[in-house]
Amino acid sequence: MSRFPSDTILVWLLRGCGLLTGAITVLIVGFLIWESSPAFRDVGVQRFASDSSWHPSAGPTKGQFNLVPMIAATSLATAGAVLLAAPLGIGSAVFAHFYAPRRLRRAYGKMIELLAGIPSVVYGLWGLVVLVPLISRWHPPGTSLLSAIIILTIMILPTIALLVGAAFDNLPSEYLRASAALGLSRGRTVTSVVFPAVRSGLFTAVLLGTGRAIGETMAVLMVAGNVVQNPTRIFQPVRTITANIALEMAYAMDGHRSALFVSGLLLMAMVIVLAGFAEWVSRGRIHG
Amino acid sequence: MPGSHGNVCVEGGIVIPRPPLLRTTTLFALTLLCFVFLGCSSNDADKNKKQIVLTGSSTVAPLIGEIAKQFEAQHPGVRVDVQSGGSSRGVADTRRELADIGMVSRDLKTGEQDLTAFTIARDGICVIVHRDNPVTSLTDDQIVAIYTDRINNWKEVGGSDAPITVVNKAEGRSTLELFVSHFNLDNAQIKADAVIGDNEQGIKTVAGNPNAIGYVSVGTAEYDATHDVAIKLLPLAGIAASIENVRAGTFPLSRPLNLVVTSETTGIVEEFIAFACSRDVNEIILEQYFVPLSQ
Repeated sequence: MSRFPSDTILVWLLRGCGLLTGAITVLIVGFLIWESSPAFRDVGVQRFASDSSWHPSAGPTKGQFNLVPMIAATSLATAGAVLLAAPLGIGSAVFAHFYAPRRLRRAYGKMIELLAGIPSVVYGLWGLVVLVPLISRWHPPGTSLLSAIIILTIMILPTIALLVGAAFDNLPSEYLRASAALGLSRGRTVTSVVFPAVRSGLFTAVLLGTGRAIGETMAVLMVAGNVVQNPTRIFQPVRTITANIALEMAYAMDGHRSALFVSGLLLMAMVIVLAGFAEWVSRGRIHG
Repeated sequence: MPGSHGNVCVEGGIVIPRPPLLRTTTLFALTLLCFVFLGCSSNDADKNKKQIVLTGSSTVAPLIGEIAKQFEAQHPGVRVDVQSGGSSRGVADTRRELADIGMVSRDLKTGEQDLTAFTIARDGICVIVHRDNPVTSLTDDQIVAIYTDRINNWKEVGGSDAPITVVNKAEGRSTLELFVSHFNLDNAQIKADAVIGDNEQGIKTVAGNPNAIGYVSVGTAEYDATHDVAIKLLPLAGIAASIENVRAGTFPLSRPLNLVVTSETTGIVEEFIAFACSRDVNEIILEQYFVPLSQ
């Protein structure tokens, strides 16, 4: 009774916020399961991996529902983009923080922020009218896994660079002063002092970049070619799960629609696995 | 129960009013509920008189959107709600009475005779290639062979020695349905190198690749080809792909743009259909690169 009333209000407000956030996640998963249940019932789980192709609009018996090529395409495009963007992003953040002159550093920061703020459809359009014709001259048809990887790399690069930069900003200045007092060179400071200290920050940055790459839709839809096939070469057109949903959802009816919700559920599962992996690594490796 | 909570706290003889937390939240929730219910009921009442809902073909939707603007200007207080989602959705929504009018960019199928169709315009689909492609015409058989991957180099149809990039439409689109049924194909047979969503994406893909072949709306293609976009429209069965030939009905690959309704229409819905079929909308149809029927 002696507590100040605003405290009580705040506590309940915060509890409400927490509950709402949790409830939204549960609701989304529940909704996905509910919408995809007709497909699971009529098509079964197995056929999403064993059918010969993806032609869902012919109905549950005549149609084909293989999602595996799209999972492969999503994974490969994401992995390729992260492999390229992580060293580039971390490298550019190191340059800006420890090597660049002050004025260049500020201009660079603004540029990266601008790059992070450009809507994805703009990247997609650029990819479609510039990047794809360029690649097609070299190796037709141009719309390909490679284009998707390049576009995704450009898109997640600023995310990674900004987050790594933020981790550098939070580094206690004593570390750098102590390393200077020890007479360590700048390169030595970065590799032996800075990197070990911001390890979890680097990891979070790469992980958020990965999440963005998995979920990216419009840009990939415009450059990847969207042909459903298991990617064997980097010049082949592929279709990611997000592009599949964006391409077909507006025109899908009944069983087709439900099958698209199955692919949405799968995307959700991929993100959950990613988050679980992050949790596991950060517990076992980073702080352990 | 809230009463015991919300009165007062006594401290050192001074009465401090406490905000009755539970009571306010309950009240707030109730008010919110009231608004929600009020919102619903007023919507329902409006629907019968002042609102027309159209859903369906994404080809027809932008056209109807423009027609609706003019209709709304002539009928103050009337709201026309246009949502795309494909011809099949137009049929389904009209049957389920989720929409007053469905938009369908094809002829009604035999199983859809319970609906009445009003044709407001025509649209043609044409095959396009890059402007620099030396090929000037393809026979139906050649198009089928290219789309089923029996021919995969331009030199086999009189072009340069280069692999053909086949651009196909995404599953569920009526453009695709019309294309495959015209050429007697099954979509599973088509071996595409790129799958696209809308016409613009298709035109940009072909314009950016000298070895590509695709099919899009004649209206959009003719507009872009005359506005310096690097594409070329191929004739079909010897008939040039042009808006004129689509109107005349001579172009083989064309389709009607329909408004469909269940048996009886009354009031504002009937008025809207009459307006959309009238000559007053010819200009709008032309602006959208479709072909008006009433001259």
